[in-house]
Amino acid sequence: MRARRTAVLAGLAACAIALTACSSDSDDGGDGGSTAGSGGGDTITIGIKYDQPGLGFKDGDKYSGFDVDVATYVAKDLGYDADQIEWKEAPSAQRETLLSTGQVDMIFATYSITDERKKTVSFAGPYFVAGQDLLVAEDDSDITGPESLNGKNLCSVSGSTSAQRIKDELASKVNLLEQPGYAECVTALSSGQVDAVTTDDIILAGLAAQPGNQGKVKVVGNPFSTERYGVGIPKDSDQCEAINTSLKKMFDDGSWDTFIKDNTEGTGYTPNADENPPALDDCA
Amino acid sequence: MSDFLSQFGELFASYDVLGAFWVNIQLTFWAGLIALVVGCVLALFRISPVPSLAWVGTAYVTVFRNTPLTIIMVFMTLGVWGQLKIQVSDDFPTNFFWLAVIGLAIYHAAFVCESIRSGVNTVPLGQAEAARAIGLSFLPAARMVILPQAFRGAIAPLGNTLIALIKNSTVAAAAGVATETSTLLKNMIEFNSSLIYAIFLTFAVGYVILVIPVGLLTTTLSRRLAVRR
Amino acid sequence: MSSQTRTVLFDAPGPVARRRIRWGNLVAAIVVLALAAVVLLRLQQQGQLEAEKWTSIFTADAWTNFYLPGLLSTLRAAAVAVVGAVVFGLVFGMGRLSHMGAVRVVSTIVVEFFRAVPVLLMMIFFWLLFAQKDLPDPSFWAVVLSLILYNGSVVAELVRSGVHGLPSGQREAALAIGLTRDQSLRSIEVPQALVAMLPALVSQLVVVLKDSALGAIILYPELLQQARLFGSGNSNILQSLTVAAVMFILINYSLTKAAEALGGRLRGRTAGSTGVQGAGLENGAGAGATLQAGTDEHDQQGLLGPRQG
Repeated sequence: MRARRTAVLAGLAACAIALTACSSDSDDGGDGGSTAGSGGGDTITIGIKYDQPGLGFKDGDKYSGFDVDVATYVAKDLGYDADQIEWKEAPSAQRETLLSTGQVDMIFATYSITDERKKTVSFAGPYFVAGQDLLVAEDDSDITGPESLNGKNLCSVSGSTSAQRIKDELASKVNLLEQPGYAECVTALSSGQVDAVTTDDIILAGLAAQPGNQGKVKVVGNPFSTERYGVGIPKDSDQCEAINTSLKKMFDDGSWDTFIKDNTEGTGYTPNADENPPALDDCA
Repeated sequence: MSDFLSQFGELFASYDVLGAFWVNIQLTFWAGLIALVVGCVLALFRISPVPSLAWVGTAYVTVFRNTPLTIIMVFMTLGVWGQLKIQVSDDFPTNFFWLAVIGLAIYHAAFVCESIRSGVNTVPLGQAEAARAIGLSFLPAARMVILPQAFRGAIAPLGNTLIALIKNSTVAAAAGVATETSTLLKNMIEFNSSLIYAIFLTFAVGYVILVIPVGLLTTTLSRRLAVRR
Repeated sequence: MSSQTRTVLFDAPGPVARRRIRWGNLVAAIVVLALAAVVLLRLQQQGQLEAEKWTSIFTADAWTNFYLPGLLSTLRAAAVAVVGAVVFGLVFGMGRLSHMGAVRVVSTIVVEFFRAVPVLLMMIFFWLLFAQKDLPDPSFWAVVLSLILYNGSVVAELVRSGVHGLPSGQREAALAIGLTRDQSLRSIEVPQALVAMLPALVSQLVVVLKDSALGAIILYPELLQQARLFGSGNSNILQSLTVAAVMFILINYSLTKAAEALGGRLRGRTAGSTGVQGAGLENGAGAGATLQAGTDEHDQQGLLGPRQG
């Protein structure tokens, strides 16, 4: 009796250990073998978004989007082929942690350069200047900018600064709906229950370019802020100059335009020409 | 220590913690009320002689008891409001508050129904047989003989359902209610990460204070009201 | 519900009653069908029933890249959580039964605390805490730990009420053959209580599975979250979530049925009661609420037959 019980407990424990071991195997696959700042070596780990179609999206073992294209281009110049890149999900709230703990070597994830963030991480770039904008139904001509949102329904993701700015500064009588992701917002937009979705214009263009959304929604094209997307790198990294050189080359040889065009196809979106392609910051 | 206390005090001056709990209490109250009514009707359906009604009751319980509440809450905004365009109020916060109430009520009605059924189960056969013997048909027998006893037997599981409802009201965050406790907890920790333990404990103790009396009350009630047999 | 239990609640219907039942049946069916039709029509108008919204779901790509990995993550979190919850529950359940006052008090406080705190709050707290401490995979461990603490407390209560539900003769016999109270608890009472609570444990698994979906809120890539992601990329989030919901319902329904069958089979293997207490119900009873174990004898005569939860 006692022996059997012990055996059962041991079995349970073994199960638990096996399961957790399996979990750390499959989830941390990108960690091993990558050392920050070693060009031409084995692999490089890059943090991207997994849930933003058109920018960074994971579809099984395929990765697509503007951030992914730029990251692949830069990695190539640093001496890594596409098959030497390990992709890792970099949710907004964890980007600084991923860099400072060395879990990723670079981050291309709609990562705005701010002074606050520069305290803990460094940036190369910027490689794109986005602006907060609105996504509306294709046949909507009433909404031309954030000021025309009074009395309208606006959707954004929880904790978005873009939506809060509209509510606080631009249109105080807007009805604000918060959702966990942009796809939910677009679903509500195409059913007509919200009048607009707000976030950075390139993210909106990426959403509008999805096959199911094409021809149903459009980006207003009246950005009301500037967000300078940089390449996040660890504070002590020596890669900034190399990345900037690569970005410069990308702007000049037309690849940048191709990436934008590929990922926003069919939406008629053009990036803010005054700001793009952006002037690179000096490496600190 | 006094430094910690002053930080803590400052934090509570700038965040409306009591207000957030009040939102959860309101969610619980209205959802509980609706769930009780719907659950009773469902329980009647399930024990009624009409096959289609019994089927409806069983199907309802099977579906909603086995669906994660999170999915139901997401469907309330994306499906019921987004696609069926059922709008409770023009004011967004009010609208989503009520959608969350309905979502919570739909989910917990299944558990209320099962609680009452388990209460019906505590009523001895003889009661139903006696009711029939004096000529009562289904509804009068249910109303005067079986349900009153069943309710007294169902107090403990109903209390458990109420406690689950209090705690589950935090999932209203998934239905677009941004003023309740789980959202506030997240915001407070994100902007005051050094006080993470104190913030969590505050909310946890808040729920202990809400839940323990309900548990004690239903235990006492179920003991006092239990039909002695 | 068998036909035998039906006849307990009402007389065998006569011709008038039968006609009334037939009408009631018809009206109820029409109302239900009408409701369903209205909803479907509305969805049709919104273009949500179009084939193209559904076809992408039934491709190998959707399943190998989204639904199956999601399901696997859900099951993995649930499995680890259940094992942890049983260990936690055994430790603190026996702690609450200990004859040492201090152990009893500490166990009671721990169990009552974790039964009262919403699982979602625990998940958010652990998630942010683990991320702050640079631990790997914070969302997975936050989901697992929260589920262990809550469900472990419920299991502790199951252990306690299971032991209380045993006939007192079991312990008296153990003491009579010279076992100490602790030995009696460990070798005689808890093992029997464990067998008795197996069905309830299986139905607790339903709660674990459902609560693991809260992990979507802290970005754990479980079934619901993966369904959301798939829907984001294919503009069919409602359809994708529907598929996830159906999968949850099927799994949980089978588990509930399994728990009931197990309860029937184990009757007689133990001196305890094997009734499934509110299968899938979140047994979040407050302080001292009894789970009323050991009332199965009455259930046999109850109106609905053995407890069906």
